Amino acid sequence: MEIVSYVFMIIGGVFYLLGGLGILRMPDTFDRIQAGTKATTLGAFALLIGIGIANPDWLLKVFLIIIFIAISNPIGSSALAKAAYKSGALPSNLVQDDLKELFGGEDDDVN
Amino acid sequence: MINIIVFSLVGLGVLFSVIRLLKGPTTADRVVALDTFNVIVIGVIALLAYQFENSLYLDIAIVYAILAFIETIVFARYVEGNHGDC
Repeated sequence: MEIVSYVFMIIGGVFYLLGGLGILRMPDTFDRIQAGTKATTLGAFALLIGIGIANPDWLLKVFLIIIFIAISNPIGSSALAKAAYKSGALPSNLVQDDLKELFGGEDDDVN
Repeated sequence: MINIIVFSLVGLGVLFSVIRLLKGPTTADRVVALDTFNVIVIGVIALLAYQFENSLYLDIAIVYAILAFIETIVFARYVEGNHGDC
């Protein structure tokens, strides 16, 4: 049972490392949002499940944290993506911009 | 031994996101790096609970997760610019 928890913890650590590396190396803001939030969400799940398997008394609190991260992290990343688009950041190799019709103009109050 | 491996992997992730937080060209990049940093810090607090065998750290991790979510939303509203009163 300890081996399983060690494997989960190492998977979580590797995905945390990949998330940080994606944050550092990706070329523009939207790629950084994608790399940072997705990789660190999987890393958090694996690491917390590994800790919960190592100490089975903590499984309730660990699943509470996992459920909260699973709810809050996509909401935060979508809010960040919308805010980054509205603040003027564009992807580096953009082909077609459909959001310009939706958010275009100065008097936009689309929420 | 497992603690040293996992802590060094997570520490490298923290280091990379802090570098992006310090040198990000725009404010949106810094906020994205801060969001990633918060999720990594939740894992670090849970690892401290495993290291010290004290389940009180998991409560701290729950509270930190809630505060990090509020912080992300508030910074997103700030980056988005002012629409009058929000």
